[in-house]
Amino acid sequence: MATAPKIDVGGDYKEKYGFFVPEDYVFKAKRGLNPEIVKEISWMKGEPEWMTKMRLRSLEIFRKKPMPTWGADLSVIDFENIFYYLKASDKQSKSWEELPPDIKATYDRLGVPEAERKFLAGVSAQYESEVVYHSLQEKLSQQGVIFTDTDSALRDHPELFKEYFGTVIPPADNKFSALNTAVWSGGSFIYVPKGVKVDIPLQAYFRINAENMGQFERTLIICDEGSFVHYIEGCTAPIYTTDSLHSAVVEIIVKKNARCRYTTIQNWSTNVFNLVTKRAMAYADATMEWVDGNLGSQITMKYPSVYLMEPGAKGDVLSVAFAGKGQHQDAGGKMIHVAPNTTSTITSKSISKAGGRTSYRGHIKIYPGANNCKSFVKCDALLLDDESRSDTYPYNDVDAENVTLGHEATVSKVSDEQLFYLMSRGIPRAEAETMIVNGFIEPFTKELPLEYAVELNRLIQLEMEGSVG
Amino acid sequence: MADFEIKDLRASVEGRQILKGVSLAINKGEVHAVMGPNGSGKSTLSHTLMGHPGYTVDGGTVTFKGKNVLELEPDERARLGMFLALQYPVVVPGISMANFLRTALNSHRGYDGKDKSKMVTPKEFRSLLKGELETLHMDDSFLSRYINDGFSGGEKKRAEILQMAVLKPEIAILDETDSGLDIDSIKFVADEVNRMRGPELGVLIITHYTRVLQFIKPDFVHVLVDGKFVLSGGPEVADRLENTGYSEWGKEEPAQPQEVA
Repeated sequence: MATAPKIDVGGDYKEKYGFFVPEDYVFKAKRGLNPEIVKEISWMKGEPEWMTKMRLRSLEIFRKKPMPTWGADLSVIDFENIFYYLKASDKQSKSWEELPPDIKATYDRLGVPEAERKFLAGVSAQYESEVVYHSLQEKLSQQGVIFTDTDSALRDHPELFKEYFGTVIPPADNKFSALNTAVWSGGSFIYVPKGVKVDIPLQAYFRINAENMGQFERTLIICDEGSFVHYIEGCTAPIYTTDSLHSAVVEIIVKKNARCRYTTIQNWSTNVFNLVTKRAMAYADATMEWVDGNLGSQITMKYPSVYLMEPGAKGDVLSVAFAGKGQHQDAGGKMIHVAPNTTSTITSKSISKAGGRTSYRGHIKIYPGANNCKSFVKCDALLLDDESRSDTYPYNDVDAENVTLGHEATVSKVSDEQLFYLMSRGIPRAEAETMIVNGFIEPFTKELPLEYAVELNRLIQLEMEGSVG
Repeated sequence: MADFEIKDLRASVEGRQILKGVSLAINKGEVHAVMGPNGSGKSTLSHTLMGHPGYTVDGGTVTFKGKNVLELEPDERARLGMFLALQYPVVVPGISMANFLRTALNSHRGYDGKDKSKMVTPKEFRSLLKGELETLHMDDSFLSRYINDGFSGGEKKRAEILQMAVLKPEIAILDETDSGLDIDSIKFVADEVNRMRGPELGVLIITHYTRVLQFIKPDFVHVLVDGKFVLSGGPEVADRLENTGYSEWGKEEPAQPQEVA
């Protein structure tokens, strides 16, 4: 009888078989923000020196810049009481049982699959859709498209990365872009080569891990000449996090004749401050479209913008905000016309309910010499009751000639006439109200891929029933 | 007792009493016309019957299937079998007519998003609509348009009658469905109403003008002036108004539309 060879489970076992957990190096998460923490983050990630320096410089800028006071009340944020970097494994420490009941109930009502809800709730760090992701990746790489997380991009495509990173939104742009540049982690990186049109929307969802929905994600998209890509981030189901601050930066470069659409559905749990800087540079005859839906969070401040750099560039913002009890959605858009013959539109739809507050804040800037520009802003607010609030803050600076600038704003309530009409056909009141609200945001919904549109309508229905916390 | 019985109905709008005791008994299979000059309370009658929140009931009862419908919400009245075709159908942006009709039909069937066996299937829905659309001379594209959004006057009224055809009420109130309609549209609407007419449907046509009654022959005609019925009878009442208008009640208004050259 042959004896099976003994397996040596000696000292090198862990390294050999890949089960090695380098305990000495586990980053012990600390609260607060200082150069040591920033250096540690950069070192943990094995970043090149230029990035470490940029992070440290950004931290300085962040400290010097005053807190913006022109928008929502941010004074309650305690920067010293935040974890600035958590490894995925640390984030998983929560258990399903600890989740707030309203979040669990919403998953149930939306019918979110088990694996997915654990991920969304932060209980699992990985959403299991590897198969879909891999076949997609194969197709993309044949076309020369790079679609990866931002940390990997810095490692694997250092030159491309360095050429564009921080060029659209420099650290000094605002306090929160400085913060993000100092401590960023995760996010998506996309490069679409010349003339390549990516025919299916790229969704962070498919390849997501906790890093991608992290607190300080950083996204960089480069659309080379004549290319097209549609990127979708977020999802309609609520994302639960115990982190109270989400401060992302999204930079997009849309070169000549290219088109980029960026769709966001944000539904953070209502303890989150969502302060995001999103900006695109659009060059000759390029088109940038932001489709931006904000449902969750306690406070959101987000104004996707397009810098129209060369003639023929076109910018679009289409946004929807829903503010329920205790929420303030301060959203809008910015269009900066640098070159002549550029066009822009901003369409903003907001819904306020149960004392929620929505604000439209927009800026149209037309530089001297940027003649023959057209810009149109339309904001419609729907108030569902008397305690709710909606404001409009449009800012226009026009320094050029022959400019067409339009602004239209409406504030309405769900009208008795509409409600009576639908009810007189046998539709119960709650369902009729939901229909009217869904009808109101339909110009937004119809721009979403079907599955997102369906989910959004269902979510609005839940919000209307008041069953979502 | 009649199938649908209005007794001594009194109602007001913004504190002003408009209906001052209206009684009317409608049986299924009958077509009643209520005629009246401007401001007589015709719209108040139709809206109060359907439960519009802008109209206050001051007294009286409306009994249908053993219930006082005045105590019900508009949607409950509809599901009980009542229907109101509005004089001014409301625009609701962002909701397609198809979605609207399907949702209304599902509500009538008691589908609340759970028991799928109660839900109208796409196939059934299509076949339901097909014949009605033809009778009303409407094409399919109409179904994908938003509720009454950008509809012409004639399209709006035809859309109302289409809803009635789909929902199959037992008591239908047509509030000045003929006003603002060209003669072709009146005919299409009348064809559809006549098609639905039968022992399962009671109709209350509310109108200022006699013209529509040439196409939908009423069994009974009631004249409403200053919130009360002043005359009730058979179709001959309409003929009388055709000639003299409302002058015998001190209202110098003809009961025929002024021809627009």
